[in-house]
Amino acid sequence: MVITRKDVEYIAHLSRLEITEQEAEQYTKELSDILEHINRLSKLNTDNVEPTYFTMDMKNVTRSDVVKPSIDKQKVFVAAPSIENNGFKVPKII
Amino acid sequence: MSNRAKFETVIGLEVHVELNTKTKIFCSCKNEFGAEPNTYICPNCLGLPGSLPVFNGEVLHHAIKAGLALGCSIAQKSKFDRKNYYYPDLPKAYQISQFDMPIAVNGRIDIVFRDGQKKRIGITRLHMEEDAGKLIHLTATGQIADAQQSLVDYNRGGVPLAEIVSEPDMRTPEEAYLYLTTIKSIMKYINVSDCNMEEGSLRCDANVSIRPWGQEKFGTKVEIKNMNSFKNVQKALEYEVDRQTRMTESGEAIVQETRLWDTAKGKTFSMRSKEGSHDYRYFPEPDLPPLEISNSYIETIAKELPELPLAKAERFVAEYGIPAYDAGVLTADLATARWYEKAAKLSGEPKQCSNWIMGDMMAKMNEAGIEEISDTKITPENLSGMIKLIKDGTISGKIAKQVFEEMFANGGDAAKIVKDKGLVQITDAGAIEKAVEAVIAANAKAVDEIKGGKVNGIGFLVGQVMKQTGGKANPQMVNELLRKKISG
Repeated sequence: MVITRKDVEYIAHLSRLEITEQEAEQYTKELSDILEHINRLSKLNTDNVEPTYFTMDMKNVTRSDVVKPSIDKQKVFVAAPSIENNGFKVPKII
Repeated sequence: MSNRAKFETVIGLEVHVELNTKTKIFCSCKNEFGAEPNTYICPNCLGLPGSLPVFNGEVLHHAIKAGLALGCSIAQKSKFDRKNYYYPDLPKAYQISQFDMPIAVNGRIDIVFRDGQKKRIGITRLHMEEDAGKLIHLTATGQIADAQQSLVDYNRGGVPLAEIVSEPDMRTPEEAYLYLTTIKSIMKYINVSDCNMEEGSLRCDANVSIRPWGQEKFGTKVEIKNMNSFKNVQKALEYEVDRQTRMTESGEAIVQETRLWDTAKGKTFSMRSKEGSHDYRYFPEPDLPPLEISNSYIETIAKELPELPLAKAERFVAEYGIPAYDAGVLTADLATARWYEKAAKLSGEPKQCSNWIMGDMMAKMNEAGIEEISDTKITPENLSGMIKLIKDGTISGKIAKQVFEEMFANGGDAAKIVKDKGLVQITDAGAIEKAVEAVIAANAKAVDEIKGGKVNGIGFLVGQVMKQTGGKANPQMVNELLRKKISG
């Protein structure tokens, strides 16, 4: 196992995911398998290979700085759990 | 500071500058401060599933321009990365930022002290990223710590930012203050941001540590946030240096942490953050193709750079013979620099112009709460006209103050004000002689004292003559005549 159950619980916490005992067990194995495969790839000689940052052959895609209409906030507010003074109301976060 | 004797202070700053493009960085919503909450929002800046970012080319332009103005090398290859963290002001739960391939690196700026001494501060990097939304904390007591709920406004979410990271080159809170004001001045000159700290378009976090003199290794650093004005940055750093000094002296260890500045209390306090919250798990942004910057594009932008504040200040010193400090103040803001230079050229009296702006103009602007010289009623033509009237003897320096006051209050041409108010200087020897004789007659005792050797008593008599003539007599002529009459 390249990663431990503790790693999985830590990552789940960072991602705010609640996972069951069984899931923790399962993900530990699955993520370990993935990382082991990556380790195998790392053994390949890549001295003459340019690093890949993007998987498609594209670069410099930009748009012009022209304002387009925003959406009506009421359309979004209907989906929000709580709204006050045009703001999304959320629990204390400090 | 009290710690100077034992400890050296080390400060590095991270400055966030909101770029003044028309639209946000990854969507076409308007980039504007002050609208009703959640007016400029769309599926993209709300992080709704299925939306994709499209990069605003003007942000790249502004970031390269800022990088060049800070003396950075511009990257030939650059890309965006995801910085992952959970916070309600960040609807995607990640911020699109730049991690290991920032657009600009290895820059420097010079800060100038009051005495004209310069110090070079290194710029580690400048990178592009999106701003987060704004949180308004609902609290009955006014204390953030007591807030139970918060309101989120996403107008600011996705506003383009340039984050400028300095080297840990600053050694005093004053240097940090000068660094910040210099950054602001440069960003405003090149017109990429208005750098208004009160409106949040320039924000600053500081890393501070202390170490015994001579020690190479840095001490444990503390990050300070929430400093919302230039003066507060200096105050917060002074407080923090003091706190770390006291702790170290009493044998306590400095804890690496983030502290918030409380303006009202004038203190920093610990912001307890949950464990692991700084594990950002950066990875390349898969929704944005990488950037390849051509030399020709960089050169085009380099040609747009204006004369920068320090170069302008040095030229003013050389060309107009004004003190370095004055040149620094006059060039901190581009509008002021242009105003000054116009008046200096029109009047042919650059030193006089500088003196009037540095003195009466700035005092009056302070009094009236006016920040920009171009918002006053005086024009460079007005000031130049007034200085010419002093030069040709039409008005005395004292009367000029009256004229200046009138120009500041209501604007207008100096010559016309002098004419309308009858302020022309009396240079008619006969008229002055009459006033001098009257004063001598009325002040026999003072005259006797002067004759008896109390020479500085003459100033009092000059004052009396000026009073009699409503300040309009030529003071030099009055002085000469008085001396002649008394000794003769």
